[in-house]
Amino acid sequence: MTALTLKGINKSFGTVHVLKDIDLEVEEGEFVVFVGPSGCGKSTLLRVISGLEDASSGEITIDGKVVNATPPAKRGIAMVFQSYALYPHLNVRGNMSLALKQERRSKAEIEERVAEASRMLNLTDYLDRFPSELSGGQRQRVAIGRAIVRQPKLFLFDEPLSNLDAALRMNTRLEISKLHRTLSASMIYVTHDQTEAMTLADKIVLLRDGRVEQVGSPMELYNNPANQFVAGFLGAPSMNFLPASTLNEGDNRTLGIRPEDLTLDPEGPLSGKVSHIENLGGDTNLIVDTEGSELTVRLFGQHPIDVGDQIRVSAQQNKQFFFDQDGRRVA
Amino acid sequence: MHTARTNPLNTLAMHGALILYTLIALFPVFVILINSFKTRKAIFREPLSLPTADSFSMIGYQTVMKQGDFFLYFQNSMIVTVASLFFILLFGAMAAFALSEYRFRGNMLMGLYLALGIMIPIRIGTVAILEMMVATGLVNSLLALILVYTAQGLPLAVFILSEFMRQVSDDLKNAGRIDGLTEYTIFFKLVLPLVRPAMATVAVFNMIPIWNDLWFPLILAPAEEVKTLTLGSQVFIGQFVTDWNAVLSALSMAILPVLILYVIFSRQLIRGITSGAVK
Ligand SMILES: Nc1ncnc2c1ncn2[C@@H]1O[C@H](COP(=O)(O)OP(=O)(O)OP(=O)(O)O)[C@@H](O)[C@H]1O
Ligand SMILES: [Mg+2]
Repeated sequence: MTALTLKGINKSFGTVHVLKDIDLEVEEGEFVVFVGPSGCGKSTLLRVISGLEDASSGEITIDGKVVNATPPAKRGIAMVFQSYALYPHLNVRGNMSLALKQERRSKAEIEERVAEASRMLNLTDYLDRFPSELSGGQRQRVAIGRAIVRQPKLFLFDEPLSNLDAALRMNTRLEISKLHRTLSASMIYVTHDQTEAMTLADKIVLLRDGRVEQVGSPMELYNNPANQFVAGFLGAPSMNFLPASTLNEGDNRTLGIRPEDLTLDPEGPLSGKVSHIENLGGDTNLIVDTEGSELTVRLFGQHPIDVGDQIRVSAQQNKQFFFDQDGRRVA
Repeated sequence: MHTARTNPLNTLAMHGALILYTLIALFPVFVILINSFKTRKAIFREPLSLPTADSFSMIGYQTVMKQGDFFLYFQNSMIVTVASLFFILLFGAMAAFALSEYRFRGNMLMGLYLALGIMIPIRIGTVAILEMMVATGLVNSLLALILVYTAQGLPLAVFILSEFMRQVSDDLKNAGRIDGLTEYTIFFKLVLPLVRPAMATVAVFNMIPIWNDLWFPLILAPAEEVKTLTLGSQVFIGQFVTDWNAVLSALSMAILPVLILYVIFSRQLIRGITSGAVK
C-alpha cells in the first residue's frame, strides 16, 4: 500500500510558480529524501503535504484517503522543524503530550506513549525540564519525540539537523535511521546535505526549480544520473565536466567524470598543473588546472605531490558520462 | 571586553549618570509631594523646603476628602483606564495577529487603514463622537470613555504589535497547527506570551494619557457619578482663586495608582526581555 501519492501538484504564490506538476509515490515504510538547491521548493512541497499550505492544483492522497481539504492535525502526519519549534511555556512532557491531549486520549495512554518515546530518545531524565534548559541536540530529540508519540502514518522532517554541529549531526542522523527501522513508518526528509540524502534514503527525490529532476535509490542516481544537473549535484567532490573534444576530436558533447574515477597515469590523455591540494589523510584531493578547465582528482591514500607539479591523468573508460547541449544524458 | 565591563570607574560613571537622571525625573514629583503636606503660606514662601513642624498641614487632604466624592472619582478613573487598556491590548493584538499571520485580499490596505489613526488625532472628531454618544444614550457613562480611549489607542497598538508578531517563528505556529491547536489557542498560548514585552510597551504608552485626560471626561461624562479623578480635581482650580493645597494633595494621590500599574507592566517588560524565546 502506498503511504502518500501526489498527483500533478502545483503551487503558486501570487504570480510565482513554485511547484510544477509534481507526481510522487511513497511506499509504506519507505524513507524518502527530498534534495535540491536552496529555493527549489522542498519546504514548500513538504508544507503542501502537511496541509500547512494548500496546493493550487493536484491531488494529495495519504494512506488511501484524499486529504486536500483535511486540516493538518487530521492528516495522520507529524512534522519536525529545522528550528525545533518547541512550545516555550511547556516542559518536555507537556511538549510531547500536547497533541495527544488535543486528540482527547486517555491519561494512561498519553503517559505510556510519552514514556516509550522518551525511552527511545534517552529523554527520560529531562521530562520535567523546559526547552530553554536543554541543549540544541536535546531540543531536537524532543521535537522528534513530539512527532513519535502521535504514531503518525507519515513523518515529515524539514532539515532537522542543520542547526546542529557536525558531531551531533552524525549521531542524530544515525538515531533517525535507527528510528526508521524500529518504527517502520514512512518518512519524508528534506535536506540539502547530500551525505544525509545518500546515507538515509531508500529513495531520493531530486528537485530543481520546483520540478522533479530524478527519482531513485541513492546508487541509481549516483551511477545512472538522468542529466547533467543530477550528476553534478550528487557526489562530493562533485563531478568534473569538460568538453568531450579534449578526449575525442570533434565531439561536441560534454564529458562528465567523477573525481575518484580519475587516476594518475604518466601516459594519460589529460595533463595539467596542480593548483591546490587537500590532504585528508585517507584521501587526497587535487585541483588540477588543465587548459580550459579545472579538474578535481580524488586519490586514495597519501601522495607526495606538491602544488605546481605537472601531472597527467587518465579517466576510466566505463565510468564516463556524456551529456548533450541541453544537459540530457546521452551515453 | 571583560575588563571594560567590570571596570569600577565605568560602573561608577554609569550609575552616576543613571542616578542623576532619576533625580531630575523625580524632582517634580518630589516637589508636589512635599508641598502637599504644607500650609498655603509655606508653599509660596519656600516651595522647595521640606515640611517642618510649623509648616506641616494636612489641610489639602482634608479639603479633598470633604469636597466631592473623591474615592468615587478614583474608582471611575481606575475602571476607565484598566478597561481601556484591556480592550486596546486584546483587540490590538488580535488585529495584529490577523494582519501579520494571514494572507488575504486587502491585507496591506487594511494595515494602512488601521495605522491611519496614528496620524489623525481623535479629538478632531469630538463633535461627531458626542453626537453618536447622545444618539446611543451613552453620554455620562464610563462606557463612553472606555470606547473612545480604546479607539484612540488601537492604531498604535496594532502597528507596534503586528511588527512584533511578524517576528514570532512560523515553525512554532505551524507545529501548533499540526498538533491540532485551534487558531485561538495558538494566538493566546503561543504568540501572546512571546510578544509580552511589546504588549507592556503599548500598555505603558497608553496608560498615562488615558489617566490624565481631561478633554473627553469633560465633554462625554461630566456628571457627578462618572467624573474621573482629573476632572474631579478641577473644582480646586478656579478662574480667580486656586486651592493649591487641595490641588497638590489630589495630584499626589493620583500619582499612586499610575505608579502601581507602571510597576506591574515594567516587570512584565523586563521579564519578557530577559526570559528570551526558545529557538
Ligand atoms: N509565502 C511565500 N510567498 C512567496 N514566495 C514564497 C513563499 N514561500 C516560499 N516562497 C518561494 O518559493 C520558493 C521555494 O521556497 P522553499 O522554502 O520551498 O525552498 P527550499 O527548497 O525549502 O529552500 P531551502 O533549502 O533554502 O530551505 C522560493 O523561491 C521562495 O522564495
Ligand atoms: Mg527549506
